[in-house]
Amino acid sequence: MTAPDITPPAAAPRWREINWAGLAESYALVAALVVLFCIFAMLLPTTFFTWANVSTMLGSQAVLVFLTLALIIPLTTGDFDLSVAAILTISAMTIAVLNARMGVALPVAILAALCVGAIAGAANAFFILYFRIPSLIVTLGMGTFINGLTLWMSNSATIGGIDFALVMAVVGTRFLGIPLAFYYAILMAAAIWYVFGFTAMGRRLLFVGRGREVARLSGIQVDRVRFASLMASAMIAALAGVLYAGTIGAADPNSGNTFLLPAFAAAFLGATAITPGRFNPVGSVVAVYFIVIGITGLTMLGIQSFVQNLFYGGALVSAVALSQLVRKREEQQVG
Amino acid sequence: MMTSAKDPFADLKDGLPRRKPGEAPALLARKVSKIFGTTKVLDDVSLAVMPGEVHGLLGANGSGKSTFIKTLAGLHDPEPGAELIMYGEAAPLPMPAGGARRRGISFVHQNLALMPSLTVLENMLLNDLAVTQQWNIRWGKARRQVAEIFERFDIHIDPMTLVSDLPQADRALIAICRAFEEVRVTAGEGRGLLILDEPTPFLPKSGVDQLFTLVRAVVAGGASVIFVAHDIDEIREITDRATILRDGRLAGTVVSAEADHERFIELIVGERVTMFQTARGQAPDRPVTASVRKLSADVARDVTFDIREGEVLGLTGLIGSGFDRVPEAIFGALPGSEGSVEIGGKSLAVEAITPARAMAQSIAYLPADRLGKAGVGSLSIAENMALPVMGEFRSLLGMNWPKINAHVSDLGRKYDIRPNRPAQALSSLSGGNAQKVLMAKWLQTAPRLLMLDEPTQGVDVGARQKLFHAIDEASRKGTAVLVASTDAEQLAQICHRVLVFSKGRIVSELTGAAITKDSISEETLRAHAPATDQTQEVA
Repeated sequence: MTAPDITPPAAAPRWREINWAGLAESYALVAALVVLFCIFAMLLPTTFFTWANVSTMLGSQAVLVFLTLALIIPLTTGDFDLSVAAILTISAMTIAVLNARMGVALPVAILAALCVGAIAGAANAFFILYFRIPSLIVTLGMGTFINGLTLWMSNSATIGGIDFALVMAVVGTRFLGIPLAFYYAILMAAAIWYVFGFTAMGRRLLFVGRGREVARLSGIQVDRVRFASLMASAMIAALAGVLYAGTIGAADPNSGNTFLLPAFAAAFLGATAITPGRFNPVGSVVAVYFIVIGITGLTMLGIQSFVQNLFYGGALVSAVALSQLVRKREEQQVG
Repeated sequence: MMTSAKDPFADLKDGLPRRKPGEAPALLARKVSKIFGTTKVLDDVSLAVMPGEVHGLLGANGSGKSTFIKTLAGLHDPEPGAELIMYGEAAPLPMPAGGARRRGISFVHQNLALMPSLTVLENMLLNDLAVTQQWNIRWGKARRQVAEIFERFDIHIDPMTLVSDLPQADRALIAICRAFEEVRVTAGEGRGLLILDEPTPFLPKSGVDQLFTLVRAVVAGGASVIFVAHDIDEIREITDRATILRDGRLAGTVVSAEADHERFIELIVGERVTMFQTARGQAPDRPVTASVRKLSADVARDVTFDIREGEVLGLTGLIGSGFDRVPEAIFGALPGSEGSVEIGGKSLAVEAITPARAMAQSIAYLPADRLGKAGVGSLSIAENMALPVMGEFRSLLGMNWPKINAHVSDLGRKYDIRPNRPAQALSSLSGGNAQKVLMAKWLQTAPRLLMLDEPTQGVDVGARQKLFHAIDEASRKGTAVLVASTDAEQLAQICHRVLVFSKGRIVSELTGAAITKDSISEETLRAHAPATDQTQEVA
């Protein structure tokens, strides 16, 4: 979400109103992404800086973009959803089991996967809102529970042979040389950007997250908004599962879970950019690709795979530290 | 008007109630003044508390009581010239951090500072745990100690129960015991000062009695107590002497047993000067906007009243008398409320009202907790203000932000919000300006009934007038305004009619010219008068 234009139409000349420090803060992550890209391009002109690599990065990480977008919705309303990665995995596995193993038609399998996501979201919301259990606990438990289901339905094995039409629709077909998956991610980001910035619903999400009492006393039906946000996050995570199944043409019961930390890292890192201090879809997309460039580049330099964990974990903690700094500074302005 | 007291201790030198000749006061504060901006909130206040004395501290809202207490706590720095002498020994002012504690002064505030989810024992240990050098806790020993303390004061509470399982009265006893232990340890046996800052408003009569028994036991050992309260009967019952503040100045110090109820009211309210009349007389005889019937909410009981179009109706009473629960309940924000509200030809059962339904009937409610309930500090002025009217700015392309900003900017000009920058975070504004934003948030909806809870708390004089003006304008346009406040001066300035609450019920009604700051204060205090007679009879 780019900052909606909220400079007052006052008499003062526009250029005086530009807040250069704020601007620098908003675009620092974008600049960092460009710099990082240039460094790897110079170090690895024949491997990293090739169209094949760039388009692969853009296409294959669409799944992570989806998952990050799924996360920022409940994060905006003040809830954690630690079950998104498990929902992604069970969604992909549902398609694999139904389509590859049982021969159900692909559209039906996809629909079933989305239904699984909806059920998981509803279950999360039920425990969080009805029993008033902290979302962190509910979704942590739900994620593990769902993971158990995934292992059960797959017999802990990777299931291949998903209808190739899905692969074609996700990464097999390219537009302007980039797999379609990338465009799906951008479309989803645009949709959320619109909802966050330009609908009353978006404001309600924000108020529910920032001040539940204020929201309640302003007539917002807080529980309904939280329910919707938990459902949305589960559904988008299920969609991410569909993309994941299409990206690798198969489903395995474990690899999807490794997306959880990078998604959190990207969500919090993204909240330091574009509209600093708020979870926002554009920042999230930038953050995902910042992390992806870093990891791809380092891996190509021959650095071992543990570097992924260093990068993801480091990015998450430093992102939260950064956003905390932003908040502090805002507080200091209170004067 | 009272002139600034000469040397109040010139005549008290002999008047101080000494237990033995030559005894120095436990606390002697002299010439304490405090200026906030241009307002002198404390003006040359002096106070002496003798060892073993319970000393009352009274005054209306804004009289400087809490500023004085906070100065002793080291939260405010007094103006130069103030002196503080404890047991004949000069103490530094301003009080350094932790200084009050080291000198044996301990505070119990109304919120008691107990952790409800922990046990009584853990709560009793809380202060020790914060400073102890010892790394292990000997639970057995600690438990025996606490049991011993409770036994000494004849308190029957199991140290292992959770505080959340105890009634309010028991919690107050625990907080006082804890503070007294702290004083006993730091000041030594038979010394020290306990400051109880309005511990009673939420207690039932039996709880107050228990608390008083404990206070008597504490002073019997030689320690002193400053007891801050609104309730004159309680002050007369428990204190030896009482000091009354009015408008930041010392109105007088009396021997509690010798002063009657009327004398106290006189000292609190001041001499009967005809005040500048700001009340606007009777409300125009217009149709009834809302009829509240048999509303019960929290402590409020059977509240019934009508409010007319364009009427500004004040609700007041002592803290804890339940008047402030009424707007909350009417807005459907207080679960467990009962009764009915008739508005716009519809009768709504209070238990079925939700904020959204209330808003659908064009009711607006501005809570007192500005950045906790009324607005979100980390969001912008525009976002906060536009919340209730977002629907009107929907276009085919979604929210029209330029239009919203223009609208918010216009409102900012209209209500004189400074600075008028819609993108700025609400928390960056002063209290008064934040309140203007939140008032504008609701006034733009042109509500049929506008309910305000303490609309000018922490608001400077200038902003106050702007807010009054806004209320006035809304009422002229036909909005019925319900103002819940303990600020008598404010009510006198803006209300057509004032309902005074005591113990949850409406006990009197002031109308038109009868509404003055004094009459409101007097009614509020007098509301408790019948209790006096009883205690006198008992005593």
